[in-house]
Amino acid sequence: MSAPDAAPAAVAGARKPGLPDARTLHTRYLLSLGDDALIYAQRLGEWLTHAPQIEEDMALGNVGLDLLGQARSLLTRAGEVEDAHPRRDEDALAMLRDEREFRNVHLVERPRGDFGQEMARMLWFASYQYELYTALLGSADATLAGVAQKAVKEVAYHRDHATQWVLRLGDGTPESHARVQAGLEAVHPYVQELGEDFDAARWASEQGVGVLPSSLAASVNAYVGEVLEGATLVMPDEPRWHARGGREGVHSGAMGLLLAELQHIARSHPGATW
Amino acid sequence: MYGNDFGPRDDATTPLNAAETEEYSTALAEYFDGLIDADSRIEPRDAMPDAYRQTLIRQIAQHAHSEIIGMQPEGSWIGRAPSLRRKAILMAKVQDEAGHGLYLYSAAETLGVDRSELLDKLHAGKQKYSSIFNYPTLTWADVGAIGWLVDGAAIMNQVPLCRCSYGPYARAMIRVCKEESFHQRQGFEILWTLSKGTEEQRAMLQDAADRWWWPALMMFGPPDTGEAATGGHTAQSMAWGIKRFSNDDLRQKFVDMTVPQAIKLGITLPDPDLRWDEERGHWDFGPIDWDEFWRVLKGDGPCNAQRISTRVAAHEEGAWVREAAVAYAGKLAARGEGAVA
Repeated sequence: MSAPDAAPAAVAGARKPGLPDARTLHTRYLLSLGDDALIYAQRLGEWLTHAPQIEEDMALGNVGLDLLGQARSLLTRAGEVEDAHPRRDEDALAMLRDEREFRNVHLVERPRGDFGQEMARMLWFASYQYELYTALLGSADATLAGVAQKAVKEVAYHRDHATQWVLRLGDGTPESHARVQAGLEAVHPYVQELGEDFDAARWASEQGVGVLPSSLAASVNAYVGEVLEGATLVMPDEPRWHARGGREGVHSGAMGLLLAELQHIARSHPGATW
Repeated sequence: MYGNDFGPRDDATTPLNAAETEEYSTALAEYFDGLIDADSRIEPRDAMPDAYRQTLIRQIAQHAHSEIIGMQPEGSWIGRAPSLRRKAILMAKVQDEAGHGLYLYSAAETLGVDRSELLDKLHAGKQKYSSIFNYPTLTWADVGAIGWLVDGAAIMNQVPLCRCSYGPYARAMIRVCKEESFHQRQGFEILWTLSKGTEEQRAMLQDAADRWWWPALMMFGPPDTGEAATGGHTAQSMAWGIKRFSNDDLRQKFVDMTVPQAIKLGITLPDPDLRWDEERGHWDFGPIDWDEFWRVLKGDGPCNAQRISTRVAAHEEGAWVREAAVAYAGKLAARGEGAVA
């Protein structure tokens, strides 16, 4: 799991021999949160001009903008903690990292599906972020606690928006019911990864900086389960395969194409200011 | 928000667009005076000639459609914006345009039409949108050029509409112009940054100006007064207080305001006849290719088909979602739980 050139265990905060140092783990924790927000913002940006009604163009744009704001704060903080020379700012981290350095879950990188699938994804992701940011309000990293304080209000709205739509679609017409149920099935193999622990999160949890994703899973499942019940939908069966490895930089084929679009202008003009 | 962090200090008081001029302030003041003088604005419940109503519906709908179609050329750059700050600003801008579309459809609805009816007409090609959006956005500099030139021209057209005789339209324009002014500043700021950048960035800037200058001048429409007039609705719209200035007057004002900004950006505008006329106190400019204007308006533009097919696809692919929302609201009402937002 650890890199071959990882710092020695003598560095403060390391959990076991061979684990990266505290600075690296802290940075990775912030990157995993920031990358989730950045990559989902990138996907939601694709909806503008393609939404089912103009109000929804605005709403999805709003959610994307909130997530982009969270990503900018989290990546900036990651750059500070990392303290590389020269320091990497939000753009260096967003535009100049290679795919294997991105630590987001697979759920957010999945290509845009239909609106039912998007609301299924948003319901899971916003429910996860709501529990996450609520837990991070007391983070020992004051900057992270500050981000959480603003973000928790934003994601409460995102969660509510997805909830309202899942109710409408689930209990709307036979077609909408079938479509949103299919959307839930499609995203289900990507849900479990949200609740899986990883080294940086274990370190963050021990230091009071962060929280174990596994500690959030029960509340997230309970919330989503309640919404699905109200929407006359069923929770999909446990999938035979589920995504793993995003936190360690292993992604799906869709990720490279997403990054190509995200990064190509910045990478085509090294050193330019925009 | 995006302003005042570029350009020479001593120019801080020079208006960059029509919403920063005395005329906009006067329009605001006059609007509020107009509230006191109740006869000066026509409101939805007032009696009005049917032709006045139809003219306004056509104009407001076309304006709303332009906002909605105008989301496409810029929206296609959200994924590629070169920095996260630019990405956030662009997302907010495209979102603002959706908001403007909604305001305007609402203003049109006060005249007794339904938004869905107007959208159907747009999708069927029975109502138009601004032809400028039939040109493609090929580089990042085009995003800046749209803000600077296209939004700048739009504000020049819209500031006089803040004094339009129809109240709901005039009120919508007051807010729209304020937001468009931010948009125009962010466009100029993109270009200002490029002008201070690498050789490739400066070339990108010049290329965008070369492609967008003439289409921007065409946005004011063909000459509508004097000998060169080509018909249209101008005379009647002026008599009704919907239109305040001729197309050529607005175009000249735009050129006069924009040429000094081009000089500041260090670019060459693609018009060999462009020169300051001391006697007239205006910039002279060369003949506009109205054949190109009519060609693009009639469908022979690079993006006409793409713009409509994208809009129609979004509408059709979203039909099942809208139907579900209606069905669900019906179920809630039947259960006595009231409608949801």
